[in-house]
This record gives sequence, structure tokens and C-alpha cells, in this order.
Amino acid sequence: MSLVELTATELLAELASGRASAVEATRAFIDRIEAGDQSVGAFLRFDPQPALEQARQIDQRRKKGERLGRLAGLPVAVKDLLCSRGERTTCASQMLENFVAPYDATVVARLKAADAVLIGRTNLDEFAMGGSTENSAFQKTRNPWNLDCIPGGSSGGAAACVAASMAPLSIGTDTGGSIRQPAALCGVTGLKPTYGRVSRFGLVAFASSLDQIGPIARTAQDAALLLEVIAGHDPLDSTSVNRPAPQYSQTVRQPLAGLTLGLVREHFGEGLESEVETAVRQAVAVYESLGAKVKEISLPHSKYGVAAYYIIAPSEASSNLARYDGVHYGYRTDEKAMQAELAAERDRAASAGAEAVESLDSPLVRLYRRSRAEGFGAEVKRRIILGTYALSAGYSDKYYLKALKVRRLIRQDFDRAFQQVDLIVGPVTTSPAFKIGDKVNDPLAMYLVDLYTVSANLAGIGGIAFPCGFSSSGLPIGLQLQAPPLEEDRLLRACHMYQQATDWHQRRPDFGF
Amino acid sequence: MHAPPYTTVVGLEVHVQLLTQTKLFCGCSTRFGAPPNTQTCPICVGMPGTLPVMNRRAFELALRTAVALNCQIAPFTKWDRKQYYYPDLPKGYQISQFDLPFSFDGYLEINDAKGRFEPKRVGIIRAHLEEDAGKSMHDEQAGEADSKIDLNRAGTPLLEIVSQPDMRSPLEAAAYLDALKLLLTYLGVSDCNMQEGSLRVDANVNLHVNTPDGHVVPTPIVEIKNMNSFRAVERALAYEAQRQYEVWTETGQRLGDVPKQTRGWDDVENITRAQRHKEESSDYRYFPDPDLAPVTVAAEQVEAVKSALGELPADLRHRLELTYNISPYDSDVIVNRGRALVDYYLEVAELSGDGKLASNWVTQDVLRELKDRKLAIDEFPLRPPALAELLKKVQAGDLDTTRGREVFLQMLDTGKPAAAVMAELGIEKVDESALVALCQELVAANPKLVADVKSGKLQAAGAFVGQAKKKNPNVNPGRVREICLELIGRM
Repeated sequence: MSLVELTATELLAELASGRASAVEATRAFIDRIEAGDQSVGAFLRFDPQPALEQARQIDQRRKKGERLGRLAGLPVAVKDLLCSRGERTTCASQMLENFVAPYDATVVARLKAADAVLIGRTNLDEFAMGGSTENSAFQKTRNPWNLDCIPGGSSGGAAACVAASMAPLSIGTDTGGSIRQPAALCGVTGLKPTYGRVSRFGLVAFASSLDQIGPIARTAQDAALLLEVIAGHDPLDSTSVNRPAPQYSQTVRQPLAGLTLGLVREHFGEGLESEVETAVRQAVAVYESLGAKVKEISLPHSKYGVAAYYIIAPSEASSNLARYDGVHYGYRTDEKAMQAELAAERDRAASAGAEAVESLDSPLVRLYRRSRAEGFGAEVKRRIILGTYALSAGYSDKYYLKALKVRRLIRQDFDRAFQQVDLIVGPVTTSPAFKIGDKVNDPLAMYLVDLYTVSANLAGIGGIAFPCGFSSSGLPIGLQLQAPPLEEDRLLRACHMYQQATDWHQRRPDFGF
Repeated sequence: MHAPPYTTVVGLEVHVQLLTQTKLFCGCSTRFGAPPNTQTCPICVGMPGTLPVMNRRAFELALRTAVALNCQIAPFTKWDRKQYYYPDLPKGYQISQFDLPFSFDGYLEINDAKGRFEPKRVGIIRAHLEEDAGKSMHDEQAGEADSKIDLNRAGTPLLEIVSQPDMRSPLEAAAYLDALKLLLTYLGVSDCNMQEGSLRVDANVNLHVNTPDGHVVPTPIVEIKNMNSFRAVERALAYEAQRQYEVWTETGQRLGDVPKQTRGWDDVENITRAQRHKEESSDYRYFPDPDLAPVTVAAEQVEAVKSALGELPADLRHRLELTYNISPYDSDVIVNRGRALVDYYLEVAELSGDGKLASNWVTQDVLRELKDRKLAIDEFPLRPPALAELLKKVQAGDLDTTRGREVFLQMLDTGKPAAAVMAELGIEKVDESALVALCQELVAANPKLVADVKSGKLQAAGAFVGQAKKKNPNVNPGRVREICLELIGRM
């Protein structure tokens, strides 16, 4: 059996026992990427040499009997939204095409300290804004289960590379569903931790109060392994939770006894495709067969989730992305062309009178305008405009502050629900992966992709997505579990229980390689 | 000359850099004067992915200041982003406090030792913490070269203190600034150096014009910027009041007729000039910074800050006047020179046992020598015990003030104690019987003077003093005069 077919946990055992070297493992995944990624497009950049060099050093240290990190020799792919010292971090945006971070994100530093082999940078929707990875400024990523379909997003490359066996583990980020939705659409396991469980330092911000970094893997056990390396308090992130992270990988195999699952009435309404509903209900039946009780519950405000999300997230984004102005770093417009443009306008305005000249942009304002107009893609600009509007004087009460109220109500819904149930179970998406290009001209339809996932971000709670079946056309269908704050352990154990009883997560796509 | 038919109404916004080692949200140094952009890190230059972490020390200093300004302290306060585009603002927003400042509703007492206005309380609307922006250095010929940005200052903690429009003259505004600076210096929270930008003042000013028909009309409010000294603030306000009165006479514009104008002070021409003000810059789109946790302040914490404040200038003045019976003017002079001089004075007063005499010597002789020798009080060679020793001798009549000054200067130059200097100068107390004998001799030798005194020309007694001093420079002039008058009276 090829090394790329192993789970991360299995591969780690091979490495630890010396049956496989880090170089062999890294080589195997590099070969896989080189053969298959031209079809999938999961990686924005991958550089075999430094990865192999890192693997070689780990093998040497192992030979010398040195103490090695938790993930020693395991290749890990990182979403191109986390900074890594001395390397480009593009956020799949032209704006940061040549941005080289002078520091490591805390998560990257922890991966390095754990001796993970950083194998490459995965594709995403520009600045993580999107649900299909079609908003990347650089390339499309295809779903390994059907290359005509999107892999989901924004962590599309992160999910696709695990599904295509190009990396055993990968790091994604989730602001409104960006780990769970692509994990579901690619048939892998993805966990969005509680807000604050994983440090955001070095994660290029989209919406700061919603962003979380999390693991994408094949199994709950693998996700537990990666989460325990990246989770924990970070003094560099004031919003990080000051509590030690549990050893998830030690407990993940313990089944949960007396589990009560909540089935949300509002999740089974209009828009949910019947194949997805059937798969979800069958998964619930599996849990019942494992001894779980199921209760119907209500999250009455969840129907306002998407609306509130698309006020709060763009508002924060409009602020977070203000720094990309062409002055300090990143993309800057062609200044000569800009000056020429202004000079021509000045000549035209001069004949129209002093007022026309007065109303012209200053060179500085024009530099901002052109740099931002050229450097950002359409969806990013759409959200900046949305957010700027929602925060403007006279509108922020109606939009931003109202959305914050809805957010509190959604959190209260969850608090109440978790008084009755241990976990909430339901779909991740209304349908399996759609065709590339299907929704690019319909932003609203694209936003509704987040219907079942945004609430967890608004409430700050954790959620996990994993495969629970396949559509008639052979595309994966995902199941979502959500837990009270800081109960990642419960999510992982419940997921593991299911994966012990089923084999959906073991299926691999055949895309020709 | 008539008083102008208007009152000048002034409110001040003061930005104070707090004396922290490091910036408000990162670990960079706040030292002034380093080469451009050497005191920066990914956080304060706003690199993607970086996050702010609040400097606790800055918050403590701010809290201390607010408590000393008699402010209410909010039990819950948060950080907001104030958004605008400018090259010296690397994140595109400034982390500040908008609707829930950590302190509000305080006051600062101002008075004038010369009595030019009645003592009053100037209300403090709010004091909040925020980060400073960087500095832009613009090319003089626009378009000829690039502007340069220095981000060393970006992220330095600033306390913004906003007063009520409670001041009624440029003089009161200057007094407010003096009082505020003194308070901040006493608290040790800022060095208040205006040249280095650690204290910056913007003024809001308008007039209440008394119309001939007995109405009071407020004129439009103008904000003045670019004033780089307290003196400049006073001059700018005086200029602006005059200018606004002229505009009012010409146009009759009242408050609300025109939008608020911003004018810059030109220190060379001594005028204010309208600044270009773009309408669109006014919407800062404030919202809570999601990267920073709100700060809660417990009542006990405020109490602890209060009890650790120490004596503030107003309390000190009061104590000096009560305990040592010195004039408000003198207490003002001593207290306004800072805590070190107060401590010096207190020690001299205690050791000499005469607070009034100590005050005279400290406010006149010590301050004069400090100024001439360009010394700070803690560098002054004559320490309180030595000065107190001298004052005791003056008080006992061992030497008069004039000779005392001679001794004082010698002590200062030689470092010798008072007794030694007096011995060298041959100053010794003349005993009473010798003094009486001398006076009897003088009275007997000067019948003409005696006759003058008897006829009521008391000033003639001064001539006895002069003669006595010639015979023995150590005599106490006051005592000579007294004895002579007494002898003549008995004749």
C-alpha cells in the first residue's frame, strides 16, 4: 500500500517505527502532487526541495535519537492565508501576490515546532471570501470527485488536497463555513474549533470576530492529532482562550455513552436536497444504533444567520482590508500611468473651470483608488463596499448594530439547545458540490451556500463536518455536528464513533491518477 | 478703552503621550529621536495577520491620570476602530475609544496667582486612550519628490483629554494647560514635551457676542490646530477672537450657519489660516475592534489608584498655605516648579522652623541661583539642612538679610557650612550691652540728629544705623534703630 493512502495516524506510526522515513513519505506526496495537481489545482505553490530538506533533517535527528515533535515527518499543507516567515503569503489575491511575511503565524510556528513537513500552500477564495474557491485570483481548484465541480470554499485547496491524497493533513480556516463546507463537498473531515481555541496570530484577517483556523484530515483521529498541535493559548492573540488544549488524540477513540443529539427543525426546510436529507437521516439512525438518543430542537433565529453574517463579516472585512492601500506593501498601481491619467484629467478640467479642478482626486487618493480597484477581485470589492455601507454614519444602527443583536440571539438559541442536547446534528450544505461556474453570476445564491454553517461562527462554537454518504452522481455528502464552546473533544469522539461504524470516510476519488 | 462686546469661549483637546517603555499594542520602544522606522515591528506597521495586545502599563497610567482629573471611571470599556485613509496610518484605522471611553465627567481646577480671573473648575468631558499615528514628512514642492513616512511613533499610547468649553479667555486656556501639564508631571505619566510632540493641543473657540439689543449670540465654532507651545495657544486664541469678531461684524454669521471650520496657527505670521477640509473624511465608521478584549475596571482598582495618587498640586498648595502660613502667590511659585522643589522647601521649612522665611529664601534666592546656574533643584549644591542652618541664624538676628545673602553665596561656592563662612567673614553676633553702649555713644555724638528725631523726622534714625554699621559691620540694623529711638525717647 502506498504511503499516500495511509491516514496520518497510520503514517505517523510507520515513521516512528522506522518502517518509513520522512523523506520517503514526503517524496510520495510530492510525486502524488506532481502527478495529480495539474488536474485538481489544490496547491498555489509547492516547493519539493525545502520540504525534502526538512524531511531529511528530521530523519537524521531521528537516527541520532533526538526528541522529535508531535508530527515528525508528516507532510502538512497550509492554506495560503497564514503567514510563514520568509515565504510568500498571497491570500489568493493580486494585492498580496508578492507579499513575503517577516514572521510566522502562531499555527505555522507550532507546526514547525512539531516537526511537520510543510509541503505547500493551498488555494482559496481571495482573502477567504467565497464558497467555491472560484474567487482565487490565480487558479481554479477542482473537486477530485468530479473535476467539473467546485471543491467548496474558501478552503477549497485545503480540502481537495486531502481528498486527492496529496497531503495527509491540511490547515484550513473557517469564517462562515470555509472548513466544513469544502470538507463536506470533498468527502473529508474538517473541524472548525471554538472561537479562540486556536490562535489567529498570523492568519490574514477576513472577519476577525468569526475567523478560526482548524484541521482538515481524513478521519476524526487525524483531525484530533493536528488540532492538539495547533490549539492552545497564545499571548499574541488577545482573543485566544486562556485554557490548556486537551490531548485530543488520546481521547478520540473513547465512545460517548448516553449521547443526546439534537435535530434542528429549521434545518429540514425548503432548499435542502432530498439526497442530502436522506443521507443525514441515515447518519442519525447510525448514531441511534450506537445508543444515542435523538431530540428535535429549534434554533428559531438561525434563519437570520446568513443575513446577519453578511453584514458583520463584510463590515469587519472592510476595516481589515483597509491596510491594502498600495502604500506600505502589496500591490501598487503603475504610478506613471496614474500621473498621466491625472494630468490629462487636469487639462480637461481646467477648461471646465476652477471647481472642476478642485473636485479632482489628489495623487494620493488616486493612488489608493487605482491600487485597490486593480489589486482586489470582484467579490472582495463587493464585500468591502457592503461593509463600508453597513458601518456608515446613519446606517450602522440599521445594519451593523442590528446584526450584532441577531448574533446574540443566535448564541442564546445555542445555549438553550445545549441545555437539552449534547451535540447538534444536521447537514453541512443543502446540496453536494455544484458545477464550476454555476453560481459565479449569482452572489446571493453563493451566499446561501453558508446556510447551515454560519451560525456556529456567529455563536463562536465548534463544528465538524465529515462524509455520511454519496449522491447518485457520486459526490460526497457531509454531516455536521456542533458542540457547546470548547467541546472539540466531544465533536471528535462522536465523529470517530461514526467513522468506526461506517466507511464513507475511507472512500477515495478516482480522478485518473 | 471699552472691553470688547463679547466673551471668548474655549474648549481644549489635549493629546498626551504616556511615558511607557513600549507602545500601546506591541513591544516596540517609544523612545523619541531614533532613526526613522527603526522602532517598528510587523504589528505597528500593520502587516497582514498581526494582532494588537494591550499594554497594561499604558492603561494604568491613563487610569491614574483620569482619577487625578476627578473623572468617573467606566467599569467596562472597549476599543474601537476609527477608520480613515492616510499614509502614516498603516492599518487604515486607528485603535481608539468611541462611545465607551474609560473615563468621563471630571474637572480640573484653575486659578491665577495674580488674580486676573476667579478660580474655577474646568469640566473634563472625557479622557480616552488611543494609539498615535506615524509622522509624514512632505516634500515642500508637491509632486517633485516623494513624501516620507516614519512609523516610529505609530502605536505610541496617547491619552486624549477633552475639556468642556468652560474657559472664557486665552488667559484661562493657558492656565488650564499649565495646570494640566503640572498635574501630568506630578503624576509622572508624561514628560509633556511639546517640541517632541508628547503634548499636543487643539482648541475649539467661538464668541458669545453681546448685541446692542441685549441678546447674546454665539458665533460659529472654529477648531485651531498646529499650535506648538502654550504661548502659541494663547496668542492663537487672542488672534482668533479678534478675527471672529470682525467676521461677525461683517457677516452676522451665527453658530450653525456654517460648518465647523478648521484653521491652522502660523507662528511666524501670527495668524490663523483656513485648512482645506474634505467633507468625506468626517465619517470614521467606528466599530468595536474585534481583535481586542474589552477592559473591565473594578471599583477596588479605582480606589487603589486613588489612594496611591499622592499629593497633587492643588492639595499641596493648600497644605503649604495652611501649615506654613505662606501667601497663595508663594505656594503657587513653589508648587508650580514641581515636586522636587516642594520637597526641598518642606525640608528647609521644617528644619529652620520658619516656613515663611524659608519660602522667601526658596522663592527668591534659591530660584534665582538655579536660574543663573542652570541647575535643577536636585543638582543644587546647597542642601536643605545647610540652608536651614543659615536661616536659623538670620532668624536669631545673628546677621541681617543682606549679610545673609553674602553668606548664602559663599556657602554655595565653597560648600562650607554657615558658621564657617560667617567666621571667615568675621560675622558674629554683637551682644546686647555692647550694642547699647555703641548706641549711647552715637546718640551723644549727634545732637543734630537727636533734635531731628525729636521733631518727628523718624527717618533721621537711619543715619544712626549707617554710622553703627561703619563702626561694627555685625550690628543688627533693626536693633540699632530700636535702641537709638528708645534712648532719644527717654531724653
